Amino acid sequence: MSSSDMSRDMSTTGMGAGSDVSGEPRSNWPLFEVFLRSKRGLNHVHVGSLHAADATMALHHARDLYTRRNEGVSIWVVKAADITASSPDEKDPFFAPSGDKVYRHPTFYEIPQSVPHI
Amino acid sequence: MGFDTAYEAISEESDSGHRWAFGTGFTDPLAGVDTTVPAGVDGADLAAYCLMLGDDALIMSHRLQQWLARAPELEEETALANVALDLLGQARLLLTRAGRADGSGRTEDDYAFDRTEREFRNVRMAEVTDVDFAGLIARLLVFSTWRLALLGRLRESADPVLAAVAAQGVNELTYHRDYAAGWTIRLGDGTDYSRQRMQAGLAAVAPLVDELFVPSVVEQRLAGVAVNPEDLRPECDAVLAQVLAAARLDWPQVYGLSGVSGKAGRDGVHTEAMGYLLAELQSVARALPEATW
Repeated sequence: MSSSDMSRDMSTTGMGAGSDVSGEPRSNWPLFEVFLRSKRGLNHVHVGSLHAADATMALHHARDLYTRRNEGVSIWVVKAADITASSPDEKDPFFAPSGDKVYRHPTFYEIPQSVPHI
Repeated sequence: MGFDTAYEAISEESDSGHRWAFGTGFTDPLAGVDTTVPAGVDGADLAAYCLMLGDDALIMSHRLQQWLARAPELEEETALANVALDLLGQARLLLTRAGRADGSGRTEDDYAFDRTEREFRNVRMAEVTDVDFAGLIARLLVFSTWRLALLGRLRESADPVLAAVAAQGVNELTYHRDYAAGWTIRLGDGTDYSRQRMQAGLAAVAPLVDELFVPSVVEQRLAGVAVNPEDLRPECDAVLAQVLAAARLDWPQVYGLSGVSGKAGRDGVHTEAMGYLLAELQSVARALPEATW
């Protein structure tokens, strides 16, 4: 198969805009973020991102990309566009006020000897 | 690390979690399986049968590997590589089993790299080239549907090694079939052009389907150990009909590809594509017979 056959093929199967010539990225699939729960893990952990046409395909791709070495037993995928994130510009108003409130840690209490694991 | 096998080293459970990124809890599919040839089973026949199933996996795996760096998307490339690796794993176990069963002591590498074209026993569907991605998907759909039906029954085999290989393979093939069916539906039920290409892919693979269900002499002699491929047809037809209906595709009405004097892949009679495939697969091993990697 020639590469020109391939690009022609992909341009019409929802697999990209086929704009190799223009140098534009081919894929117009949306970005998904992947969260994985390991075997003994407690919660899902963000492991990376991928492109997929829809959520079902994203789940399959996540399985193929991120669980090849037996890393997980449960996968979540979510469209990156659906995540509302804090902005780096707001870093100070958001997080600086908690930086000097050491009394919010429970370190000013006497822990009774009979209470373990604290 | 003081472990006898790689499996022991990476199956060790650790509470520290520092190896989490690499995963743990791997299992050896042949752990605890009796590898002696069962009484009453002809070793030569068993070896021949292992070669049939092993060669199907090896050759199909090689064709899939040829898609690497050519797949339409990075994510699809990894998916195809995973499928290829699953099949390669099955091939390794089966070819190793063949060397044990016939008493020759040949290794998986001996079988993969030192046999001539006429000595390979894979069905011809495994060896043909794909015109495009849709062609690959059509072939993978039929191949994985058929092999899943086969391994599903092989779990009951009188040979414990074949049963163990099948038990592991069923999970793998279930995913392969799911992957191929997903793409068949996307392309078939997609644009007019993608549907046309998918239909063309099915037309390319359809002549090779009948061969999958023809029992060889070896399979007939190994009743109880081998699966009779004739029994697989109803299940395969039903699954394919269901997928094609969802994809709004029609099964092409074509004649089966004839063999040579009634002989086909299982007899070592292959298509022209096989010679080129083996040349690529074997050239390094033949040029450097003592090399290890």
